[in-house]
Amino acid sequence: MTLTSDPNLADPDATYAALIAAHDGLTEAESAALNARLVLVLMNHIGDATVLRAALEVAHGSGAGASGGDI
Amino acid sequence: MSKIFDTPLYPYARSADQDAPVPVRHPVVIVGAGPVGLVLAIDLAMHDVPVVVLDDNDKVSFGSRAICFAKRQLEILDRLGVGADLVAKGVTWNRGKVFAGEDQIFDFNLLPEAGHKHPAFINIQQYTVEAELVARLRTLEAAGKPVHIRGNSRVIAVDPQPDHVGVTVDTPEEPYQIAADWLVACDGARSPLRAMMGLDFTGRVFEDNFLIADVRMQADFPTERWFWFDPPFNPGQSALLHKQPDDIWRIDLQLGWDIDKEVEKAPERVIPRLKAMLGPEVAFELEWVSIYTFQCMRMERFRHGRMLFAGDSAHQVSPFGARGANSGIQDADNLAWKLRLVLEGAAPEALIDSYDSERVQAAEENILNSTRATDFITPKSAASRVFRDAVLDLARDHAFARPLVNSGRLSQPTWYDGSGLNGPDDPTLPALTRPGAPAVDAPLPGGWLLDRLGGDFALLAIGRPAPEVVGTRPVEILASPEVQSRYLNTHLSALYLIRPDQHIAARWTDAAPATIAIALDRAKGGLG
Repeated sequence: MTLTSDPNLADPDATYAALIAAHDGLTEAESAALNARLVLVLMNHIGDATVLRAALEVAHGSGAGASGGDI
Repeated sequence: MSKIFDTPLYPYARSADQDAPVPVRHPVVIVGAGPVGLVLAIDLAMHDVPVVVLDDNDKVSFGSRAICFAKRQLEILDRLGVGADLVAKGVTWNRGKVFAGEDQIFDFNLLPEAGHKHPAFINIQQYTVEAELVARLRTLEAAGKPVHIRGNSRVIAVDPQPDHVGVTVDTPEEPYQIAADWLVACDGARSPLRAMMGLDFTGRVFEDNFLIADVRMQADFPTERWFWFDPPFNPGQSALLHKQPDDIWRIDLQLGWDIDKEVEKAPERVIPRLKAMLGPEVAFELEWVSIYTFQCMRMERFRHGRMLFAGDSAHQVSPFGARGANSGIQDADNLAWKLRLVLEGAAPEALIDSYDSERVQAAEENILNSTRATDFITPKSAASRVFRDAVLDLARDHAFARPLVNSGRLSQPTWYDGSGLNGPDDPTLPALTRPGAPAVDAPLPGGWLLDRLGGDFALLAIGRPAPEVVGTRPVEILASPEVQSRYLNTHLSALYLIRPDQHIAARWTDAAPATIAIALDRAKGGLG
């Protein structure tokens, strides 16, 4: 299994808005804790160690450049 | 030379109504001669519905204001006879670029597909659009169409009654009274009529200020929408660059909340900001400067008895996405044919309620999109900013993050899914043209599909003859490749019932005339 680097959300704006709304009213520490829990939940959902390693590389900024192009 | 917005285009002239012994009654009175009021007046007049437009001044609006007019609005303006002129005068664009810091992070094309008469967008100053619309209205008036525009005629009181609205009009001479079967308030975001009625206007105010500058310069930037997050010339804020006709460029710079507007508007503050953006070598002149804050708000209902609200008076959005004037023009497009049918006695008054439900749905969609864009451009919390910056960071190298970058979701017509006017659907036909959708243009031999549809109920028969259904105009076309993919899928033929505003009411692969007649009745606000 490989990390999906193409857009994969059916409604990116709605999904993003839900993510931001989840942080409404939280302190910075609470937000950081929410993010940590969220990452752990998603990590478990993904399961695949290769994919997770690739995702960590992308997040660290060392991932391979995805193909460009219009969206 | 006096600029166009200094020139009286429809100066006050005494009307016979002022000397009438009792208030003269008019079928439709429109308050406000901005793009929305003028589009509505022209549509009604072209269909011989008598209409009076009252405006509190006699000129086009000051400053460029709305500059981006979208494809659907160009189609509407084309149907009214001004589309070709505006497209010729405007700056056509389909592409945009998004920058973060010093880097371009991606570009996009809003109209990647061929086979449409109109481009995704043109940029043109609102005052040019208004001047074209006034000229069109004057041409109709000269040709004997029942339309009149009264300048310097300010509504100072309204008296709503069950079957009409009394209107008191102030003039440079004495005030006078008229009555309107239907009064349409197209009088802008600060709508005096809304205030007179004490009606609600609620939503969110965004705590931010934006500097708009129109500059005249010879520059070789391409004709594209350029948007910057956190550019070096406006650190921590955003910027937008758009080309207008006549070597005018629109620049929007986010300034933040805690500023002194009067100070920031002064040329000695504005010019250095623009030099930082454009580079020291670019010579420019300031045409117009304004500072604005914005809000996303709407009225709960757009119909109040015989009073209707359209455009900014009914709903207001942030400018990112060009959903203000564009949605107002769609309001007018939605309302004109409904008022006409009700006034002609061809539809029940309940049809007007569908203006409210369909355009409230549209306003909700526009507010949702412009609120999300605004929240992305100016994050409201620390967590929101962290995510926004992470998205921008990832978007440079990773395609997956780019759909999350939101510099404004540009105006799209609303699909009236679930409208009470919608009739039967055949879901094996393309989702793009389902009931409620705006008809999609396509090239035909010698012309374009939308030109053939016109502004009355059309029965579009593709690859087959159109059955005779009273109250519809048959439009028979063959299946070109564009028509096949946009209207047929794998079918060989289909029938589409299309409303006067070119939205699809119902469709079938085959239907008996009686079935189509029922859908037509439903699309006119009958029970179907």
